[in-house]
Amino acid sequence: MRGWKPAPHVLLLLPAFIVLAAVVIVPLLLSLYSSFTPFRLTRPDSIYTFIGFRNYERLLSDWDFWVAFGRTVLLLTFALNLEMVLGLVLALLVEKATRGQRILRTIMMFPMMFSPILVGFQFKFMFNDNIGVVNNALQSLGLTNQAIPWLIDGRLAFISILTAEIWSSTAVFAIFILAGLMAMPREPLEAAKVDGCTPWQSFRYVTWPFVMPFTYIAMTIRSLDIARAYDIVKIMTDGGPAGRTEILWTLIARTAYSDARMGLANAMSYIAILLSILFTVIFFRQLAKARQQIGAEW
Amino acid sequence: MATVSLNNLVKKYGNLEVVHSINLDVADREFIALVGPSGCGKSTSLRMIAGLEDITGGEIRIGDRVVNDLPPRQRNISMVFQSYALYPHMSVAENMGFSLKIAGRPQSEIDAAVADAARTLSLEELLERRPSQLSGGQRQRVAMGRAIVRKPDVFLFDEPLSNLDAKLRMQMRTEIKKLHAQVQSTVIYVTHDQVEAMTLSDRIVIMRDGHIEQVGTPEEVFQRPATRFVAGFIGSPTMNLRDAEIADGKMVFANGDALPIPPQFRDKVSAGGKVVFGIRPDDVFPAGHGIHSGDATDVHTIDVPVSITEPLGNETLVFAEFAGDDWIARMLNPKTLHPGDRVDLSFDLSQAHLFSADTEKTLRS
Repeated sequence: MRGWKPAPHVLLLLPAFIVLAAVVIVPLLLSLYSSFTPFRLTRPDSIYTFIGFRNYERLLSDWDFWVAFGRTVLLLTFALNLEMVLGLVLALLVEKATRGQRILRTIMMFPMMFSPILVGFQFKFMFNDNIGVVNNALQSLGLTNQAIPWLIDGRLAFISILTAEIWSSTAVFAIFILAGLMAMPREPLEAAKVDGCTPWQSFRYVTWPFVMPFTYIAMTIRSLDIARAYDIVKIMTDGGPAGRTEILWTLIARTAYSDARMGLANAMSYIAILLSILFTVIFFRQLAKARQQIGAEW
Repeated sequence: MATVSLNNLVKKYGNLEVVHSINLDVADREFIALVGPSGCGKSTSLRMIAGLEDITGGEIRIGDRVVNDLPPRQRNISMVFQSYALYPHMSVAENMGFSLKIAGRPQSEIDAAVADAARTLSLEELLERRPSQLSGGQRQRVAMGRAIVRKPDVFLFDEPLSNLDAKLRMQMRTEIKKLHAQVQSTVIYVTHDQVEAMTLSDRIVIMRDGHIEQVGTPEEVFQRPATRFVAGFIGSPTMNLRDAEIADGKMVFANGDALPIPPQFRDKVSAGGKVVFGIRPDDVFPAGHGIHSGDATDVHTIDVPVSITEPLGNETLVFAEFAGDDWIARMLNPKTLHPGDRVDLSFDLSQAHLFSADTEKTLRS
């Protein structure tokens, strides 16, 4: 090695490269490789058996996987849209507050301060068919005398999970939209009033186009969030009963750790990541378009 | 086209009253300028007329309608804002046609109106651009285009030229004047720039601390200012204003120097009276270099030292020391003067103003 002297810039960047390689690139390549093997945690040798695309082929015809995939997309669609609408309403209300706006903003963020695991436990308790406050309230109000099986019926369980998800994360939308509203110049709104707009028209033609880019940023963040949703569902229903609320990551985790089929699980993950990439690309396109539209200087 | 009248108009924010019961009648097709220093209530008054601020007391009429409780969209006004307030996500054409679109007019009519306004303001080339792609002057023209497209009863301008550079401001000033001659509608124009107010308007309303100090044509407010404030506010360079006391038939200044009482005020003052003497730089000049040098009747000349001069080419502003202070004089056909030179300074007292030191009102009857 004597006499070998790497250029200074290579030398200086080397530590960063080594760290990156150790924590990101090697695991990534390893997991990608393992998705081409029948690797089982219980039989470590199996990682050396290369089976090509067999895992992927198998997944393409795996009904349970695609149901979980579809359910994740469904959850994502419902959650994003409902959170956007609710976040918008929240932001508009908070923005109207002339007093105590700071306190309201802080309160609005409370749900984000709880770990999703705790949110899951809380909602599991609230939606419990025997002792939950939801059924208790419905029965006390005389709306029903049945114990509604919130976490057992597939559709109701989906709604319960959606509720927990929305409760914990609507604030993300509210905060981004509020930031947009606060950054918005007053004068175009006044001009709209003078130009003859009703309050609804002012919102539709002036306010909404302005806050749209902020909504897309929130959408991007939340779509990644929900596409990797795991904790709340794990706690509330664990994908059950009988797979009725199984979503991508509960299925992947089950396959990897309970069934110990790591190779197959890794193949699932790579397909799941495509979903996240797809949504990110869509929202970033929209964001770029919206930014250009309002002539944003950021 | 419409008249606008403000009757005992009051605006309060909480307990703070910012507009104190003002009265004003604007005639049909009149161009009226509200002018005053910042915080004088001119913009607030304009915004009340527009409907962007609530009215605390009094009433506003546009035409024969009391509009106090009408939202802006029912007042048939249009407004040009200082920051232009264009809709950033719409093209120039969409910006200009927006009010008509909201009013539900057919697209063909909108297109025609926009094309018409674009021609008036030479914006034809820019119709497809977005506001962010325009220069300040172009944005300003789009804002005016947006205002004229809907053919309102009243145009409201809120310091429309303040964000432009000096050269562009003069150019746009001329365009606004031409525009008013063309569209012939009532205009209320708020500005803090007295030159804009003087050059553009039929009548000027000078406001201060929520009161109207004087309403008059540009000539009236310049030649016969009603108060000390108006005298100091209108005219550039500003009028020389000095406190004085009447004694021995003269005006005696703080340091004991004196000038004769201007002839038109001789029977308005009495010994011991405290007054404010005002005279425009145009009426103070080195002997032989004044506007009225040939035929001025009541010219009083004193020998004083020059402090500094500001040559402007066609004229020179001379700051000369008298009564313990620098007075601004305007020298036409300028000759070279140096600081410390002595000069025969002529005061054309027939053009001078006297105000009561207590009420600050003019002593002219």
